[in-house]
Amino acid sequence: MDLAVLWFWIVAFLFVGYFVLDGFDFGVGMSLPFLGRDDTDRRVLINTIGPVWDLNETWVIVAGAALFAAFPEWYATLFSGFYLALLLILLALIARGVSFEYRHQRPEAAWKRRFDWMIIVGSAVPALLWGVAFANIVQGVPLDADHNYTGTLFDLLNPYALLGGLTTLMLFFTHGVVFVALKTDGDIRQRARRLAARAGAITVVVAAAFLVWTGFAYGTAWFWGLAAVAALALIGSWLANGRGAERVAFALMAVTIGAAVFALFAALFPDVMPASNDPANSLTIANASSTPYTLTVMSWTALIFLPLILAYQGWTYWVFRKRVTRQTIDAAAH
Amino acid sequence: MNELLDPLLLARWQFGLTTVYHFLFVPITIGLATSAAIFQTAWVRTGKVEYLRITRFFGTIFLINFAMGVVTGIVQEFQFGMNWSEYSRFVGDVFGAPLALEGLLAFFLEATFIGLWIFGWNRLPQKLHLATIWATAIGTILSAYFIIAANAFMQNPVGYEMNAERGRAELVDIWALLTNPVALAAFPHTIAACFMVSSGLIISAAAWHLARNQHLDTMRPALKFGLWGMLVAGALTTFFGDQLSLAMVATQPMKMAAAEATYDTVCGAAASFSLFTLGTPDGTTELFSIRVPYLLSLLSTHSFDGCVEGINDLQAQYAELYGPGDYAPIIWVTYWAFRWMIGLGVLHVLIALVGLWLTRKGRMPKQRWVWTVAVWSFPLSLAAMIVGWVFTEMGRQPWIVFSLLPTESAVSPNVTGLDVLISLVAFTLIYGILAVVEVKLIVQAVRKGPPEIAPPDPETGKVEHTATVY
Repeated sequence: MDLAVLWFWIVAFLFVGYFVLDGFDFGVGMSLPFLGRDDTDRRVLINTIGPVWDLNETWVIVAGAALFAAFPEWYATLFSGFYLALLLILLALIARGVSFEYRHQRPEAAWKRRFDWMIIVGSAVPALLWGVAFANIVQGVPLDADHNYTGTLFDLLNPYALLGGLTTLMLFFTHGVVFVALKTDGDIRQRARRLAARAGAITVVVAAAFLVWTGFAYGTAWFWGLAAVAALALIGSWLANGRGAERVAFALMAVTIGAAVFALFAALFPDVMPASNDPANSLTIANASSTPYTLTVMSWTALIFLPLILAYQGWTYWVFRKRVTRQTIDAAAH
Repeated sequence: MNELLDPLLLARWQFGLTTVYHFLFVPITIGLATSAAIFQTAWVRTGKVEYLRITRFFGTIFLINFAMGVVTGIVQEFQFGMNWSEYSRFVGDVFGAPLALEGLLAFFLEATFIGLWIFGWNRLPQKLHLATIWATAIGTILSAYFIIAANAFMQNPVGYEMNAERGRAELVDIWALLTNPVALAAFPHTIAACFMVSSGLIISAAAWHLARNQHLDTMRPALKFGLWGMLVAGALTTFFGDQLSLAMVATQPMKMAAAEATYDTVCGAAASFSLFTLGTPDGTTELFSIRVPYLLSLLSTHSFDGCVEGINDLQAQYAELYGPGDYAPIIWVTYWAFRWMIGLGVLHVLIALVGLWLTRKGRMPKQRWVWTVAVWSFPLSLAAMIVGWVFTEMGRQPWIVFSLLPTESAVSPNVTGLDVLISLVAFTLIYGILAVVEVKLIVQAVRKGPPEIAPPDPETGKVEHTATVY
């Protein structure tokens, strides 16, 4: 197989890893005002992702580095073109990350409140903007002959892209709330289930609209197949949540997000960044990729290390498999 | 107004600001991860609860700092594409690979195992938990290696071929890239300097308590550890710094000439090193200086009769090779950054020596100034690290990749000055606010002192201490 094609799918896999994992971190962050009735509740919520948010976020660093190394042209066009959107994502990720660490350093309510808001906004902004960004990539953006983006920030905020943003926002929110139901116990677990049922219903509608729009405008056979998997998994997750099958509900949310992201990459293939003004200016797998030598070096590295990475990350989740409860927090914080 | 909104200038300021800021946290992360691992190993091997208390104490400071290192690091990676897209297109085939290796081999390792370490107290078996901090420490050091290998390509491009048709550098030898002579010297130099910074932090924190005659049982061993760490790390930083300057003279002679502000080629005794110079503001005329004969020749060539090429001669050579242009960096920046780096480094070796002498055989100095100096060793060792980076990066100018790509050709052509200004202001604001919070929290954690932990239960051998929760 052509190594550049392989790396197209490895990049897709890394973004799937990022959205499946940091996706529920965003959801947990956004759920603070809905599920966190008091400080202990909020600490329960934050501690469900406490040991893992950093490793989850690292997926985007690795995805970005893989993009840089395997598709320098794609990386350069995307990051310079979506400048202000990425700036907002960066600021949000900074605010969110430090807040996890700083929030518990002082007891004052005002101090904690400030960092709660930074977590909420710092989670919602990337959850929305990643969807906007990926929808724009699939839709295509104006590029000149040197592959430089010629539009503005406002060109990125078109109806289709905003629907894409709303879709990731809702998907990640539901994913996070389902995760809370899986990782907590007692009253907050019940409330999370009820919230997941309501949020899930809205998510089904929004996601269906986005996938159908994408399918009719840019769809391929592979896209429709993967989109169908995503849709069925999403409905299955909603049903499982209703029956209290928390593990199944969470696993199916992961499948939904994974299949949806792969579907977008399938719609993109073999372009990586289509030019909406002139197809001749499009970035493709062929004209955006690195040399076979570089891709060979990276393929060997990925082949050896990705299984190892998945193993030790899986083990981490197993170590922290216990549910977080109010008692856990009170015992540690006494 | 147009001058204010020059995207190149603003992008350079942003890179300088965000990189210096990021690197305030990196040496602490690298140095303290390994230091915490050593303290925890001492605890596991001896069972002395003091070592556990020291581990938890510096562990808290490490964590406050770690999150900042992570989130400011993402900015670094995104910034290449955002502000420097032409650079990214030009070097991606070469430069991207070490970044991807860094992510796969190092970042995942540290990010995963740090979570296990923070939340794994009482949850993992003691030795397995110890292994998690070592894995984190190894991850931090590995990541430094890959990023320095990437940086070394910008200083001294190796392992590539130019593809004229696509207008980019292409990787042909990954081994050459990873064993770049500049990287092989810069990596141990930087890592040793990171341990100077973390030792400075340990000395400062310990001195703060010892000056108040409190927490003697934990802070005395911590001070001893910091002082020895500073001495060893200082010696290694000097040794590898010397190796690095040899590599630099061979690959970037202009940088060495600029470090000494040597305009004309000089040999032997005339190749003197000025400890201090007063000159005209443009740096071209010397008014007063204190000079050590032969020292520049020794530093640059390891011989008394070596020659050091001057800026004017190199400028003429480069103009012939690369066409008309100004090929010298900003001389006063390189000149003074080089001196401050060396001066502060030497100062810390002296602090370590004097400190070890004054505290020999369990003595405790009573003089106030001794403790004041010790407390200042953390910010000053961090300052040494920063001026070192300023020297090596500013000294590379006007190139972004030496001899291949000028910095002015590397900036994103479609990003406006206003875009960059917005992001520069946003980063300055958020980084400024977070710096204040960060410093307050670290000071608070230092003042609070090590946690009280009762000695092990004589029957079960277990120690009661609470796990971390957010």
